[in-house]
Amino acid sequence: MPGDGSLEQLKREGRIVVVGASLAGLRAAETLREKGFAGSLTMIGDEPCEPYDRPPLSKQVLLGRASADRTALPRLRSVDATWRLGSPATGLDMAARRVRLADGDEVPYDRLLIATGVRARRWPNEAEAELDGVFSLRTRDDSAALARRLDAGPKRVLVIGGGFTGSEIASACRERDLPVTVTERGAAPLVGALGGVVGAVAAEMQREHGVDLRTGVMVTALEGDASGRVRAAQLSDGTSVEADVVVVSLGALRNTEWLAGSGLGAGPRGIACDAGCRAFDIRGIVTDDVYAAGDVARCPHPLFGYQFLSLEHWGNAVSQARIAAHNMLSESTDRLPHMEVPSFWSSQFGVNIKSVGIPSMGTEILIAQGSLTDHRFLGVYGYQGRVIGAVAFDHGRWLPFYQELIESTAPFPPTFATVDRRPEGQRPLDADFPDPSVPTHGPTVTLSGYSPADRRMTFTPAH
Amino acid sequence: MTQTLLHQILDYANRADPYPLYKELRKTPVHHEADGPYVVSTYYEIRGLLHDPRVSSDARNLASNAADPLASEAPAQESTLPPGFLKLDPPEHDRLRRMTNRPFGPPHSPHRVDGMRGELRDIVTGLIDGIGDPERIDLVEQFSYPFPVTVICRLLGIPREDEARFHVWADTLAASLDPDPDADTVGRGKEAQDARMQLGMYLAGLIEERRKNPGDDMLSQLATAQGDDGPMTTMELLSTAALLLIAGHETTVNLITNGMLTLLRHPDVLQRLRAEPRLAVPIVEELLRYEPPVQLVPQRTTLADIELRGVTIPKGSTLWLVLASGNRDPQRFEDPDRFDPDRPDIQHLGLGSGIHSCFGAPLARLETQFALAELARRLENPRLLDDPPPYRQNAVLRGPRHLHIACDGIRP
Repeated sequence: MPGDGSLEQLKREGRIVVVGASLAGLRAAETLREKGFAGSLTMIGDEPCEPYDRPPLSKQVLLGRASADRTALPRLRSVDATWRLGSPATGLDMAARRVRLADGDEVPYDRLLIATGVRARRWPNEAEAELDGVFSLRTRDDSAALARRLDAGPKRVLVIGGGFTGSEIASACRERDLPVTVTERGAAPLVGALGGVVGAVAAEMQREHGVDLRTGVMVTALEGDASGRVRAAQLSDGTSVEADVVVVSLGALRNTEWLAGSGLGAGPRGIACDAGCRAFDIRGIVTDDVYAAGDVARCPHPLFGYQFLSLEHWGNAVSQARIAAHNMLSESTDRLPHMEVPSFWSSQFGVNIKSVGIPSMGTEILIAQGSLTDHRFLGVYGYQGRVIGAVAFDHGRWLPFYQELIESTAPFPPTFATVDRRPEGQRPLDADFPDPSVPTHGPTVTLSGYSPADRRMTFTPAH
Repeated sequence: MTQTLLHQILDYANRADPYPLYKELRKTPVHHEADGPYVVSTYYEIRGLLHDPRVSSDARNLASNAADPLASEAPAQESTLPPGFLKLDPPEHDRLRRMTNRPFGPPHSPHRVDGMRGELRDIVTGLIDGIGDPERIDLVEQFSYPFPVTVICRLLGIPREDEARFHVWADTLAASLDPDPDADTVGRGKEAQDARMQLGMYLAGLIEERRKNPGDDMLSQLATAQGDDGPMTTMELLSTAALLLIAGHETTVNLITNGMLTLLRHPDVLQRLRAEPRLAVPIVEELLRYEPPVQLVPQRTTLADIELRGVTIPKGSTLWLVLASGNRDPQRFEDPDRFDPDRPDIQHLGLGSGIHSCFGAPLARLETQFALAELARRLENPRLLDDPPPYRQNAVLRGPRHLHIACDGIRP
C-alpha cells in the first residue's frame, strides 16, 4: 500500500528473483541496483554461462570474426546477485511466492521478474532433427557449433526459413563463399516482417549474392546417410537438395511451459502483462508481484491501439527490463508505461536493414527516399491513413524522422517533398503481406487481441 | 541603431563568448529576421532537422540567394569545381561519401584510423619536443595547426612541404564560410573562387602522379578505386580531395586549441587528465559539446514548408542550425554552461548528426585525445598568458588565432 513503508522495506531487505539471465534479466538487475534496491537479488538461468549478446551469433561469429565465447554482455554496473546458472526454473508457486528449479531447490521471492525469452523452434521430426549436421541457431553453443562446421567447408548449406536469422546465416555463408540454398514457404524472404514489396528486394539481394533461393516451397523431409549424417532434403515441389549442413530457422517458441498450471497468464504467445510489465494471471487480473520483460512478454501498446505486442527485438528487451525494474520499486502513481516504439536491425548481404514502428501492421508502402532497384531506400508503411512503420535499407540515418511521424500518428501517404524522391515514390503500393492465416516463418512482431490468458488456445506449429 | 541578434552573433567583438547571445537566441527557438535565414537554436529542434529529409544541403534548392549572407559561395563553386559531398543531397551524396569511406573506414578499411596511432603519437611527441622557449608558446602555431595538417597530409598522400601553398588557399576558403554581412562579398567571392581553382589545379597534378605511382594513401586509393560504384570522375575526385583537405585541417585545429584553452580554464580537470590519460575520451566529447569547432551549420535549405515550434518555415528558406547553442540547451543538458566530462550522457551535436555527420570524426577524436593527453602530461604548470585569446574572424569555424601560454618546462 502506498506510503505504508512496505516499499521502503522491500528496497532495504526484500528478495527479488529474476528468471532468465540474458539481456533483459541483466539490464533489469542493473536497473534495480541503480534505483537503490539493497535487498537480495537472485539470477536464475538455464544456460551455464553469464549473460551474453545474441546479435553477433548470426553475424560475426559465423564469419569467424568473433568467437562465440567472447560475446559476454558488457556490465553497466555491479549487480551483486546470487547466480543460479545452469539450473532452469521448472515451476512457479504464486501463492507461496516460490520458484522451483530443476535441481529441486526452491527460491522464495517478494518480487519476481520473468525474462525467460524464446528458444529456436526445432525441426519437428525428432529422428531427422537428431541427424548430424542439423542445426538451429539461438544460443552461444548453437553458434559455436555451426561456426565450427562452416569452418570445415561443407559442400552445401541448406537454410530452412528465410526470416531475418535465416537470411543472415545465408549471408554469412555466401561471404565465406559456401554454396547455400534457402527455402522459404512464403513468396520471398523477410515477407512476414516487411511484406512482399520489400521481400522482393531481399530475394534479389540473395540471388545476386549467389544464394540458391527457393520460395513457395517447404522442406518435407531430411535424409541421412548410413552413418547418421544429413545428406539431403526433400522439398514439397518434388525436388531435393543435397546438403551436408542444414540450419532450421523457423522462428522461435516462447519459454513459458515451466509456468503451466501456475495460474499466471502465460501461454505459447507469451506472458500477458499490462503496460507497466506486471503480469496478468489467468483470470485476467493483474498481479502486483510478478513482472515480465523481453521476448517472453506481451504488452498493450498505446500507439498501436493498445494491442498486445510481443517483440523479439534487442532494444525492446532493454527498455522493458528497465521499466519492469523501475515499476517493481515504485508506488503506483510513479510507475512508468512501456511505450518505446519498436525497432530492430539486421545486417545481410552488405546491406544494413533497420526498421521502426510495426511494418507488418501496414497495408500500404511508399518508397519515400531512394529506390528499390538500388536496394537502398526508405519505405514508409501506412495503415488506415496513418504512418505505422518504416524500413530502411542502407538509409538508417533518416529513421528518427520517420519515428516521429509514427509517434505523432502522421497522415499516410506523406505528401511533402523530400531529398531523393524518385518517380516510384510518388504513390503508395500494396505492402503485400501474406495472409496471416497462412503460416510462414512468422513475423518478428506478433499481434493478438485483448485476450491476456487464452488457455484454450491451440498452437499449430509451422510444420 | 541596436544590432539585431544575428548581427551580434556575427560581430567579431562577441567572438570570444557567443554563448550569452545563444541563450538569448533560444528564447525564440526558430528565429527569423527580415529577409534573413531561419535560425534554429534548441537541441531537439536542431537534431530533428538534421534527420529531416525535407531539408536539403544542396544550395541549388534555395528559392533565392539574395537574402543569404553566404550566397557568395555558390557561384564560386559552379565556375570551378562541383560541390563536395558536404553540399550535395542523396543519391549523389551517398555515392560519393560511400566511395570516399571505402579507403577510410569500416567495413572496407577498418584499420585505417586505428593504424595511425603510432604515427599520431610520433607527430605529437616531435611537436612538443620542438616547442623551445616554454615561457612563451603560441599553441596554435607550434602545435594545434601543424599536428592535424601533418596528419591529413599523410592520410591523403600530400607532400608536407607543399603546406605553404595550400595553407593560403585553405585559409581563404575557410574565411569565405564566414557569414559576416559587412564584408565585401563580391571581392571575397572572387578570392574564394581563385583559391578553389588553384587548389583544384594543384590537386589535379598530384592525382595524376598518384594514378601513375599509387601508394597506400587515400588519394591513390580514391584515384584507382575498383568498388561497386566504379571510379569517381576526375571532377568528383578533385572536389572530394579539396573537401577532405580543408575540412580535415580547419576544424581539428580549433578543437585542439579550444580544448587546451578550456582545460587551462579548468585546472582541476587538467590535473585529472595528467594523472589519468584515459579521461581524454570523455573530455573530448564534453569539449565537442561545450566548445564545438563548428558553431553552426549555415547551408541547409527547406524543400517543403516545415512547421516547427509554431513557426512555418517556408519552402526554399535558408536554415541555420546553431549546433553550439543546441549543445547548451538546458532542456537537454543539466547545467549546460558547466564543463563537466563526467556527464552521464554527452550526446552533443558537435559533430552534427544524420547523413552529413562529420566524416572525419574518428580521426578528429583520436587526434584530439592524443594531443590533450600529451600536452597535459608534458607541460609543467601551464598557464594562459591572454584570456580571452585573440580569435579568428570566422563565426562558423570558431577558434583562437593564437593561444599564448607559458609553462615551467617540458617533461620528457
